[in-house]
Amino acid sequence: MKYSANSVWENKDEYDVAVIGAGHAGCEAALASARLGMRTIMFTVSVDSIALMPCNPNIGGSSKGHLVKEVDALGGEMGKVIDRTFIQSKMLNKSKGPAVHSLRAQADKADYTREMRKVLEEQKNLDIRQAEVTEILTEDCMPLEGRELEKRKIVGVQTYSGCIYRCRAVILCTGTYLKARCIYGEISNETGPNGLQAANYLTDCLKELGIRMYRFKTGTPARIDRNSIDFEKMEEQFGDEKIVPFSFTTNPADIQKEQVSCWLTYTNEKTHEIIRKNLHRSPLFSGMIEGTGPRYCPSIEDKVVKFADKNRHQVFIEPEGLHTNEMYIGGMSSSLPEDVQYEMYRSVPGLEHAKIVRNAYAIEYDCIDARQLYPTLEFKEIGGLFSAGQFNGSSGYEEAAAQGLIAGINAALKLKGREQITIDRSEGYIGVLIDDLVTKESHEPYRMMTSRAEYRLLLRQDNADQRLTKKGYEVGLISEDRYQKLLEKEHLMEEEIQRLETTNVGTSQKVQEVLVQYGSTPLNSGTTLAELIRRPELSYEALEPIDKMRNKALSEDIVEQVNINIKYDGYIKRQKKQVEQFKKLEKKKIPDNINYDDVKSLRIEAVQKLNELRPGSIGQASRISGVSPADISVLLVYLEQYRNK
Amino acid sequence: MKKGTIAAIATAMSNSGIGIVRISGDEAFEIIEKIFFTRKKEKIKIKESHVIHYGFIMDGEDTIDEVLVMVMKGPRSYTGEDTIEINCHGGVYVVKKVLETVIKNGARPAEPGEFTKRAFLNGKMDLSQAEAVIDVIESKNEYALKSSVSQLKGSMHRKIDEMRGEILYHTAFIETALDDPEHISVDGYGQVLLDKVDDLLISLKKLIDSADNGRMLKEGIRTVIVGKPNAGKSSLMNLLVGEERAIVTDIAGTTRDILEENVQFEGVSLNIVDTAGIRKTEDVVEKIGVGKAISHANDADLVIYVVDASRKLDENDYEIMDLIGDKRAIVLVNKSDLESVVEKEEIDKRLRKPMIEISAKEETGIRELEETLKKMFFNGEISFNDEVYITNIRHKAALMDARESLRKVKESIENQMPEDFYSIDLMDAYESLGSITGETIGEDLVNEIFSKFCMGK
Repeated sequence: MKYSANSVWENKDEYDVAVIGAGHAGCEAALASARLGMRTIMFTVSVDSIALMPCNPNIGGSSKGHLVKEVDALGGEMGKVIDRTFIQSKMLNKSKGPAVHSLRAQADKADYTREMRKVLEEQKNLDIRQAEVTEILTEDCMPLEGRELEKRKIVGVQTYSGCIYRCRAVILCTGTYLKARCIYGEISNETGPNGLQAANYLTDCLKELGIRMYRFKTGTPARIDRNSIDFEKMEEQFGDEKIVPFSFTTNPADIQKEQVSCWLTYTNEKTHEIIRKNLHRSPLFSGMIEGTGPRYCPSIEDKVVKFADKNRHQVFIEPEGLHTNEMYIGGMSSSLPEDVQYEMYRSVPGLEHAKIVRNAYAIEYDCIDARQLYPTLEFKEIGGLFSAGQFNGSSGYEEAAAQGLIAGINAALKLKGREQITIDRSEGYIGVLIDDLVTKESHEPYRMMTSRAEYRLLLRQDNADQRLTKKGYEVGLISEDRYQKLLEKEHLMEEEIQRLETTNVGTSQKVQEVLVQYGSTPLNSGTTLAELIRRPELSYEALEPIDKMRNKALSEDIVEQVNINIKYDGYIKRQKKQVEQFKKLEKKKIPDNINYDDVKSLRIEAVQKLNELRPGSIGQASRISGVSPADISVLLVYLEQYRNK
Repeated sequence: MKKGTIAAIATAMSNSGIGIVRISGDEAFEIIEKIFFTRKKEKIKIKESHVIHYGFIMDGEDTIDEVLVMVMKGPRSYTGEDTIEINCHGGVYVVKKVLETVIKNGARPAEPGEFTKRAFLNGKMDLSQAEAVIDVIESKNEYALKSSVSQLKGSMHRKIDEMRGEILYHTAFIETALDDPEHISVDGYGQVLLDKVDDLLISLKKLIDSADNGRMLKEGIRTVIVGKPNAGKSSLMNLLVGEERAIVTDIAGTTRDILEENVQFEGVSLNIVDTAGIRKTEDVVEKIGVGKAISHANDADLVIYVVDASRKLDENDYEIMDLIGDKRAIVLVNKSDLESVVEKEEIDKRLRKPMIEISAKEETGIRELEETLKKMFFNGEISFNDEVYITNIRHKAALMDARESLRKVKESIENQMPEDFYSIDLMDAYESLGSITGETIGEDLVNEIFSKFCMGK
């Protein structure tokens, strides 16, 4: 039953955009909206939980690091805040190709929350309000040209207390709070993460608006008192010696600092035995949890069952911050009963005397089938309603922030009467993330992975600025100064690459000596500097002695770009060609009001899927499972015919 | 990734005066410049539109055919794109070779209806024709896909699935390690993969060879060899197939089961079935064989009736003649090297079918048999399914693409590229092979990662 307040009154403050939720999606959405001049109000059930990290104490990691860099390149906040609050930093996959280098930082959780809250509080046009939104207020509307699916539009929101706030756009960033339930063993609490108050009423309102909902689940491991851990039995994991920032605006020199360590230990047969013995007491196996969990971050009981042949699993012990003794037990999330948790954790070397501060638990929550959204993250049928983050069926702080930023930008652009932006799959991981969410049917929380990106050689973390900062500038989130700096960097880069491609080297003794020094085959005839850089054993830096014309003042990041662009030139060109093909289909737009039942010769399955999803372009249509290449051909011909009518 | 330039045989797939191979797309001129040579064996540069060049199509060192090449620059062509039409000699084999050469040099086989589709999309056709185009695309595609998959031999299908499974597994391993480097290490995996890729390349070569001689496909003209025991059916079979496939002995009744082989005559696919000799027998096993022979003969598109010239007609021959009386058949009078005692006039009177004298042992008379077969196919006596052709060309193109991708993987490993580069080409190979069995990638990789490897957190 939908909630109805006893008495209703109207708040006279005027707002353009209401953001519901203050997690990583909500923060970026609210900041983007306010920075673009929208009078913005952000609702949260607890002001103390702004930008909370309720699970792992780190930001970034494989492909997620890319997302943070892209958020930064577009003018988002996450990268800047983590640069100020990290306590350990590591570039993952450094021995692999540049496309999969990925930055990850351990955060001081409390610091992160505080820093982000400060940014929000100082932001012009932005109000923070502790209140639970129970209703989205809408009105019927006449569909506009090009928006034929739109049936209703946003007029405001109403809180639990009965207060109405008038606004023209709403961004739903409710994370894991909708009808949230935390479970371990037979214990089930109707709360959000960390015992925070759940939002129990909004779901019913959303359902009444015709929004299709799913129920997902995820989980988190226990936190253990540092003083009860014997680190002697674990391997110490250090941060990188040279720290690389997330934000393109952070000066690397400013963030070199002392780092804390993480620790590695392993489960063993005894741990697995304890788990197996108690499986029947797990709420997952007993059927108490209905939600669908993610396959990529399985609970320890899932791992033991699914990978029965593995006799040990890694356990990472990570600090939650500098001013707390709580340690996060990475790799051992669980929903087993409390007594089993004690037994299980204490079977791990170094954790024999572990004192649990917070239990591991699974959490269930309501989220939506994101295929109801445009790639702009606006609902197709409700004008002005946007959504982002875990509410859209994703998982992870970074995924949430990325969507929040896009939703915030687009809500503002819409209200300003400007064209909304989308990022396509060839422009960024953000594009891959959103396209997957709004196109593909998913039955588990969605996590970003580098294997999901078709053009990952082009979507590197090191060139996020070259890919997206122009967009951020056009939107209005990137300053003129920052944009000009980027243009200057690109100019220097291209000039240097051009110079290396056209500078010849002969077979002088000096050249041969350098080659031999790096174990490279001596030259038989002359070649260019660029050709030499392409050899696996050589690099831009290695050729310094034989490159007299070199401008030694080039910055490190320009040198990095030059190296990558020359070394992987062949692959990069290939992917660029593929992108051209891809763009052709993306550019073929499908009008909103097309009636697929009218398209003769489409297979029934295709008609069903297309009617359900209403793709915006032929490209998007081609990625729907159940729509065949022949269907796409038919559609192309039909559209051409339609256009000419 | 689909290449943008398409090619297909534009004329009917039968032996006629000329055959036309059409190429359309951005790279049409570039492709023809690679394979077309003048009489003096010089390359040409395409400049003018609507001209005809005389010369030769070459595949490397080999001259494929003497041809006329017509140049049409877009938009002044049927599709509105740059178009080349190669007029070659009309032999099915020649036309097919020309098409293959074009494909090898960068075009891809056109989808059914694709030229027409392009013509429409480029505004070369009026609206009233559009719906007809849609119908053609859909029906032909459905048919092509169905026949493409159904024509694939079961064993080939399994082989391709197996290869795809391996490729996916290795890609998933690499990807898992990249996504979760702290749990799984991929260091040194290049060596493991190199061995695997070599194996896969060998398997692919076999598949490409079998595509060359048409053995990938089930389809073909069902041809059944019948005759009484020891008339020389198995010897004939071996002769046609060109290898010892059937056991040949002097003992009547040696072939007890049915042997099946695919033979190419001038590019036409024949599925030849050797059967047990038809006779009244008490031997249980042989009896089953005889029963099968009769039922095969009933289903055949063409029956080859082998008569033993050295023996007089007997009751078994009469039974066979009754059986095949109303079927399309050729009579082969075998053992022409021996003294002929068989009543040829009697056979002719009863059957009124083409009759050829051969000696399977001396290998004489085969040319006449080929001539007769060809006449039957190409004069339309036996319907020829050109879908088989197209399917085979598509399959082969896909196999070659897969091979190319795997070679790139190998190259990357040998050049010590980082591991993440391997998966790009591995997945391309996976996709190419999938196009043969009609499967798309979808979420395959992500599913494999989650099901086979344990991710952390």
